[in-house]
Amino acid sequence: MIDVEGLTKSYGPRVAVDDVSFHVEKGEIVGFLGPNGAGKTTTMRMLAGYLPPTEGRASIAGFDTFSQSLDARRRIGYLPETVPLYPEMTVADYLDFMAALRHVTNRKAAVQHAMEVTHIQDRARMNIGKLSKGYRQRVGLAQALVHDPDVLILDEPTIGLDPRQIIEVRELIKGLAGQHTILTSTHILPEVEQICSRVLIIHRGKLVAEDTPKNLGARLRGAERIGLQVTGDGAKLQAALAAVPGVQSVQATNEGRYEVAVAPGQDLRAQLAETVVKGGWGLLELAPVGMSLEEIFLQLTNEEVVA
Amino acid sequence: MQNIFVIAKRELYAYFVSPIAYVAIAVYLIIAGFIFWLEVGGMAQYGTPPSLEGQFSTMAFLWLIFAPPLTMRLLAEEQRMGTLELLLTSPVRDWEVVLGKFFASLSVLLLTIVISFMYALVLKAYGNPDLGPMAAGYLGLLLAGGALMSIGVLASAMTQNQVVAAVLAFVANLVLWILSAAGQSASSLTTQVFNQLGFFEHTLNFWRGIIDTNDVIYFVSLMALTLFAATRVLETRRWR
Repeated sequence: MIDVEGLTKSYGPRVAVDDVSFHVEKGEIVGFLGPNGAGKTTTMRMLAGYLPPTEGRASIAGFDTFSQSLDARRRIGYLPETVPLYPEMTVADYLDFMAALRHVTNRKAAVQHAMEVTHIQDRARMNIGKLSKGYRQRVGLAQALVHDPDVLILDEPTIGLDPRQIIEVRELIKGLAGQHTILTSTHILPEVEQICSRVLIIHRGKLVAEDTPKNLGARLRGAERIGLQVTGDGAKLQAALAAVPGVQSVQATNEGRYEVAVAPGQDLRAQLAETVVKGGWGLLELAPVGMSLEEIFLQLTNEEVVA
Repeated sequence: MQNIFVIAKRELYAYFVSPIAYVAIAVYLIIAGFIFWLEVGGMAQYGTPPSLEGQFSTMAFLWLIFAPPLTMRLLAEEQRMGTLELLLTSPVRDWEVVLGKFFASLSVLLLTIVISFMYALVLKAYGNPDLGPMAAGYLGLLLAGGALMSIGVLASAMTQNQVVAAVLAFVANLVLWILSAAGQSASSLTTQVFNQLGFFEHTLNFWRGIIDTNDVIYFVSLMALTLFAATRVLETRRWR
């Protein structure tokens, strides 16, 4: 549904997006991840037909975003980073305007439907300028949905919302999967784990990783790690744990907390528990430590610094 | 065509949901009405035949001042609010956005002109004015006012600050108006060039009731040129 090939955007000598290529299949929700200023917004703007690419090409549903811009734009619902709203309009009038601009035939029904999906019917007659941030964000989403587009491009759809609203918007986006192909950017990592089937990580304009959130974790994980919480003498325990065959290292992370690195493919949980209990220590907790997306992300985006 | 209409319609909505259009139209009509009262007083005193010649030239001059505040918001505000991104990513061509905005401002102008038909009606009720020249005068008012609006649209495309847009438009209007005066103090060839370029010279015939194609072409091409420039300015916004 979305095909991007060698997409590049430079502003003078500064390259904002550098040779980015990816494909998004119909019905997928793909998370676009990267630190601020990595080139997420620029890429999305090129996809939405707002900025022309310096090099490379992008197409939406088979239509080139530059040479067949109008056809491509007809198939996109776009929510820019700063939600574009006319504060003097009422919600219903605004959505009606957007529907008219996109040549929706049955505007009344389309507006009604978009308001239902985003749960804003109760604010239909209110001025947008008087709405709370959460409602504005949802009006922005309703705007992107009103013409039932094939592709949704959402730039930071949950930014600036309170936790409850964030959950609501995430649920909303999840609910849209299947009928729409969605590319959503964020720098909130758990969000990607929760809603996306695939992640694209962009850093300094370059695509550095592309995989499912789960596979990314597995790929980057050098060793399995197990966390323990134990009462009793620390120094002796550390030595005892390190002596268990297969253990690579033992680290004290906190008061009474330890992290044990184990060679991949081995499950040493039983042996570790045995060691602790036999040694007379009190075992409070023992659990594998999964590599969070935060860590993956930091690892990927720090690679250049480390190397 | 539909896109232009949709954009113009929203813009008119914005005009009349805020006090700006009401205030501008009201103040414009109060000043024009006062001038009309003076003109009628003069005609009655000296027994000159009833006409709107002086009235038209004042009304056109007033647009020089009233067009900038009516056009300053059009594109500047869209850029500031980020809604321009929305328009430019909708299946709408850039020139359709510009024309939509222009037609909205033109509608406000037209509304004012229609209200000012009352001056003609008053003259008709109490005298026997020649209606032909009046029609030409109203056409001139529409063309001259429209050209001033299109200059305002261009100014509004160039900045995201409404005040800057208004000042730019006002300065441009003033320069166009003054060109004729500059023509009068220069040699014959420059006089002609300046007179051709100047706004003022092209309005005079209309007020006298003469529709000269030269004048019509001047205003129409001024509108076409500024609106084309506004479209290009909007396009360059994409490249930044």
